[in-house]
Formats: sequence, structure tokens, C-alpha cells
Amino acid sequence: MIWNPDFESLDRSALARLQGERLGRLVDTLYRRVPFYRKKMDAAGVKPHDIQGIADLPRLPCTTKDEMREVYPYGLLAVSLKDIVEVHTSSGTTGTPVVDAYTAGDIEVWAEVMARTLAAGGTGRHDIVQNAYGYGLFTGGLGVHYGARKIGATVIPISGGNTRRQLAMMRDFKSTVIACTPSYSLFLAEAAREEGMDPSKAGLKAGFFGAEPWSESMRGEIQQQLGLRALDIYGLTEIIGPGVAMECEGQVGLHVNEDHFYPEIIDPASGKVLPDGQKGELVITTLTKDGTPVLRYRTRDITYLDRTPCACGRTTARMHRVLGRTDDMLIIRGVNVFPSQIEEVILKVEGIEPHYQLIVERRDQLDELEVQVEMNEGLFSDEIRGLERMEKKIEADLYATLSIHTRVRLVEPKSIARSEGKAKRIIDKRQL
Amino acid sequence: MSVKQISVFLENKKGRLAEVTMGLSKEKINIRALALADTADFGVLRIIVDNPERAVTALKARGFVAQVTEVIAVEVEDRPGGLARILEVLDQDNVNVEYMYAYVEKKRDNAIVICRIDDRERALQVLEKHGIATLNAEALKAL
Repeated sequence: MIWNPDFESLDRSALARLQGERLGRLVDTLYRRVPFYRKKMDAAGVKPHDIQGIADLPRLPCTTKDEMREVYPYGLLAVSLKDIVEVHTSSGTTGTPVVDAYTAGDIEVWAEVMARTLAAGGTGRHDIVQNAYGYGLFTGGLGVHYGARKIGATVIPISGGNTRRQLAMMRDFKSTVIACTPSYSLFLAEAAREEGMDPSKAGLKAGFFGAEPWSESMRGEIQQQLGLRALDIYGLTEIIGPGVAMECEGQVGLHVNEDHFYPEIIDPASGKVLPDGQKGELVITTLTKDGTPVLRYRTRDITYLDRTPCACGRTTARMHRVLGRTDDMLIIRGVNVFPSQIEEVILKVEGIEPHYQLIVERRDQLDELEVQVEMNEGLFSDEIRGLERMEKKIEADLYATLSIHTRVRLVEPKSIARSEGKAKRIIDKRQL
Repeated sequence: MSVKQISVFLENKKGRLAEVTMGLSKEKINIRALALADTADFGVLRIIVDNPERAVTALKARGFVAQVTEVIAVEVEDRPGGLARILEVLDQDNVNVEYMYAYVEKKRDNAIVICRIDDRERALQVLEKHGIATLNAEALKAL
């Protein structure tokens, strides 16, 4: 269902005009009110009047996460603090957090784009939304909350973790929609089976999964185990939180809410804008945000764009599911490897569950990648030969896709730590 | 006549075998015979116990991947050439043994050899034809 066809299905030339107007206003505000951006524009030799339409966007400088950290906490504010009604920050696990401050209008936009997101997966007033994203500074919880409220659905604000209670709620309140990280959904399914509950018959019809990279094979696994339609959602705290882009029921890429967030793909090395269909780093500009607007934010997410019409009727650009990160891309013996590529390969092997971990080590100046895969009832064979054959087969499949030799190791069930939030897939032991 | 063996997946790391034996001990399950096949990374533990069903349940509850495998228990004379004769008989009739392990029962003169054979039915026919006795679950338990 399309929540707001006036914007989501807007004719593309009208959309470009709207984006151009909004960009003009944004640049004007940033130059006048935010010294951080004024300095950047001056350094790049661009003045607000140079920006006449959306096509002029590449003339403006990009913004990185590190730059935003330097002006922590309030250096990105474009309004007076009295107009800010809510503050979120990035997790700060990799350093100083980035602050996202919302005006009442920004929260309204957030609710709108999240209503679009949930509606795109069929969520309506009658649905019970079990929101298992963490509530708090993390944007996942409240983002889904505001969207579900706007639709008029019933929200269960259970937040992340507390798996037993999640299952009890699911059973007692008959949740029809679930929102959490993809890895947690499988953890829930596993826990449900342990309690003698069949998660595929729990009555869930749709799941909104994001906040970590996942693959098409993992989607298949989630859909089968939980008996729902699994939709990918995309967003980031630096921009607004979830709601930047979402899949429609066609599951053919994520529709970017382009009237609010303008997407570009650049070559991460040169910074040059790449044409549609070419893989590169996603860059986003907030067109309507008032509190902490962002100019050409380098997301470090690797994807590509498709602006051809979608069967669902939306006209907005679609981004391919995130293929990897410029920063979690592993370079193994000079070859770029994304964990998502490895996941895609191993999950194609009959019986393998999406519990795996990548261990990178350097031995005698050579990088070694070990792929640990959990054993389970379905995979197990009494014969050593059969198990070794399976390891060799996965190694050969990985070689065919990645062109690097890996070492596949079968490990005992549940020996890889489960996560209630983002799954930790990579352990890089190299001292570089 | 075949008997039930339990096969358990084990990672090659400290304490895993102890965890299995501890789990069985707590359930008062007795291990009659045991063999461990391993590679650099992992191993498969094969055991014959007095109560296979309960053993599998106990091991699964402890998070192990365990399954029941049907094997043949053959009585072998405990003297030079005892095992050779059985293998010769099987070989003549082209029955391939995947793996085997033996144990000596203190209360009797014969040893017992556990064999995993793909074509179990034919192996049993061959052994019977040559008058070689196999044991069933009850007989094993009674030892």
C-alpha cells in the first residue's frame, strides 16, 4: 500500500523541481546559520546562489562522519536549541557519537517516512506491531514507533532483547508485524522452537528488518522460519534514523524517500558521482530537515541506484540492498571482500543456518580468512568424509565467487555468539 | 540384527569430550563402547550406550548435535585371526565397511566389533551364511 501517493508516486520531473527548490532553501540556511557548513562551502568555493537546481548538487562538498564528530555536540544545529524537541546520537562505538537533533517538524517528517515504510509492507490500522528495535538513543525503536502511531496501528514497545518475553508477547497479543534486526529475527525463531512454539505459525505477516547488512539468502531463511514477508528497511542516525528507504512488497530494491532524502552514488576514492546502476558509496542530502540538516553525507554504504519505474507505482529511486560498507570491506590478500558476499555463498548450501563468523588472521605475512559455520542436525553426518566434503565444497564455492582461498571450519551449534542487536560477523585479528 | 550407535559432532577443543561424558553420567547412562574419529578441526564421537534414546535427548539438551546411526555388532573370537576371518568374509562378498571399532567384554570369551556398513542387510546375510553371530540391542544390553 502506498501511504502518500502525492509524493511517493510524483512525476519525476515535478519531483526534480521540488528537490531543486528544497535544496536551494537548504543551502541558503546552512550557509547563513551553520558555521561548519559555511566553512566547507567557502573552502570549496561554492556560494548558495551557485545552486540553481538539483543538478548542481555535486558542486557542493561532501560531509564525513569524522567531520561531524569534530563539532560534537551542537555544531550541526541550524535552529535555536529551544526549537529542538528530541535528540538522538549514533552509538559511538567507534568514537565520539554524531548528534541528530529534531524539531517538532523533523519528528513529523520522521513519522511520515516511517508510516510510508510500514505501509509499504502492508501495515494498517488493524495491525499489532511488535517493535523489537531498541528504544532509546538508538533511532530504530522510536522511528518504528512514530511510524506505527501515525498509521494508527497498535504498537507493542517491547524494545530489544528479553527473548522469552518477546515470544510471550507474540503469542498472547498475536502480533502481526515485527520490527528488529534480521539476525535477531532468526534468534527469536530458534528460541521459539526451543520452547516448542512453531514460529512460522505465530501469525506474523510482515517483518521490517534493518540496521545491519543481510543477504537475499538470509531473507529466504527468515521468511521460511517466521512465515512472513521480510522487508529490508534503510536509514541511519546521521540522516534521520530508519525511514530513508524501504522495500515495497515487490522486494526489488529499496525506495528512497527522495522528496526528503536525496541519494547519490559516488566513487569512494575519487568522489565523482557515478551513473545509475554503478556500484559505489551512497551519499545522502537531507532536503527538509530543520534541526540538524546534512549536506552530502558519505554513508560508507556500498550500493547502486535504479530510477526505472517500479511495478508498485512508486516513482522514487530504488537503491539495491546494501552490498557492504566501505569500512567493513575486508581486504584479503589485496582482494576486496564483503561479508555479504560470503553470506550469500554459504547460505546457498542446503541446511546451513545463518550463524557464521569470519576470522581474519595474518600468518607469515599472508592474510588468512577462516569462515566458521555452525553445525546443526540437518547438516550432520556420521561420516567424517561427508563433513570434510562439505567444508571443501563451501571453500570451492567461495573461491568461485571471491577468487580467494578461505578455510571453512565447522563448529558446534550455538558456539557463535548470538546478538540481540547487530550481529558481530568479523573478527579481524590482524595487527596492521 | 543391528544396534543403535550415537554419533556426536565435537569441535576439537578442550573439554568437549568431558562435557559429553559428564552429561551422560548425570543421566546415569553407561557407555559400553566408544570411538573417536577426528580431523584437525572437529571430530565425530561414536558411542554405544545402554539407553540410546535417552542419551540423544540428554546430549541435545546440552546443545550437541547428536544422531542415531544403525550399526552391526559382531561377535569375534578373541584370538589371532578372529577379526581377519570376518573381514575376509565381508570382502569376498564385496561388502564395504565404512569404519569399525572393537571392545572386549570381560564376562565372555569373545570380543565385540561394531561395524558401520552402508548395505547393512546384505552384510547381515553374508555374516549369517558364514555362521558369524551378530548381537541385537537386548543382547548387548544384557552383557
